[in-house]
Amino acid sequence: MIGVESLGGWGQAATVIGIVLLEAVVLYIGYGALEKLVGSKLIAAIRGDQ
Amino acid sequence: MDLFGIAVSLLVMFTGFGLLIGLLFGFFGMGGSFLVTPALLVMGYETDVAVASGLAFVFGTSVIATLKHRDLGQVDYKLGVLMIAGTTAGIEVGKQGLHLLQDLGLADTVVSVAYVGLLGGIGLFVTRQALKDDGGGGISHDVDVDDELDAEGIPEIAEKIQSYEVPPMMTLRGGVTVSLWMILAVAFATGLLSGFLGVGGGFIRMPALFYLVGVPVPVAVGTDLFEIVFSGGIGSFLYALDGAVDLAIVAPLLAGSALGARIGAAATSIVDEDEIKVYFGVMLLLGAIAVAVRKIGGVIEMPVLDTVALVIILGAALLVSSAVVYSSIQELRTMPADTETIPAD
Repeated sequence: MIGVESLGGWGQAATVIGIVLLEAVVLYIGYGALEKLVGSKLIAAIRGDQ
Repeated sequence: MDLFGIAVSLLVMFTGFGLLIGLLFGFFGMGGSFLVTPALLVMGYETDVAVASGLAFVFGTSVIATLKHRDLGQVDYKLGVLMIAGTTAGIEVGKQGLHLLQDLGLADTVVSVAYVGLLGGIGLFVTRQALKDDGGGGISHDVDVDDELDAEGIPEIAEKIQSYEVPPMMTLRGGVTVSLWMILAVAFATGLLSGFLGVGGGFIRMPALFYLVGVPVPVAVGTDLFEIVFSGGIGSFLYALDGAVDLAIVAPLLAGSALGARIGAAATSIVDEDEIKVYFGVMLLLGAIAVAVRKIGGVIEMPVLDTVALVIILGAALLVSSAVVYSSIQELRTMPADTETIPAD
């Protein structure tokens, strides 16, 4: 399980939940930036605008 | 070929599956564990791993969705905390009721029938409301910045509940004033159903917040997600204590779902709201049929019906998400070039 098996009980649980939380925040920020960058271009392409 | 010790094919499959689920989650504000856990079970994962990883995935997804709703001012923290308190009490009582039924040997049948009835009932209700719609009532997951958070279009049942002025009265987002006791009663009732049916309860709470408490739909969705962050977080932490959460499943699912959720949320500002309600109702109805099929499979001892049930759920998810994407593209193409679409964020 991506190397957290060596931690026991509470430590392992906290690490797993922390990783999920961190990934969620990184994805929120990362995809948000991506959307700002290419969102309008993508919509223009779907509409067939120049 | 492996990446981080995980087969690339598995990573691609989970990311794609996550994208599909995220699209539905972003569009409707529901659909997480309801799809993930059964799929993992059919793929041969142990029950505790399937449930724990499903919960951890729901936790991650709800964190992302709550952050977005918070940015849009669509989370009522006061209501959220009250809902958590009432729901927790309700879940405990629901669990006791379930244990009682287990002792009587009736739990499985009663729970399955109640689940199918509830899912089908809400599905029919929402679809009927949408088809006869007048602009008020119904479920959608509209996260537009410009959404009016006013109390117009309050369903009749909610108006009745708000008319009981038992102090202390509370003013919620959207200008809704309702008795603290009524909020706790609604929270308790939804918790009771969650505990009894053993489900997360998002599909019960979100309609309850709108139809019973009367808060506007975007606030109902945002507040429901806020509650899921806590219930999903605590639930997955408890499972993680036993090492049941598999990050090789959760991480790619979350990566796909976060992208899908952005597309789904953006689609709500493009697709007609009545169409959204019909899609939501159809999803619930097909979910009810899938649960019924699985139950029949258990009774007549035909395990193949479990797979049929999963195919129905996945087929419904694929069908509805494809319809959402198709409708969005069609709408975009027919919109005048200078029309502003509201970004999902």
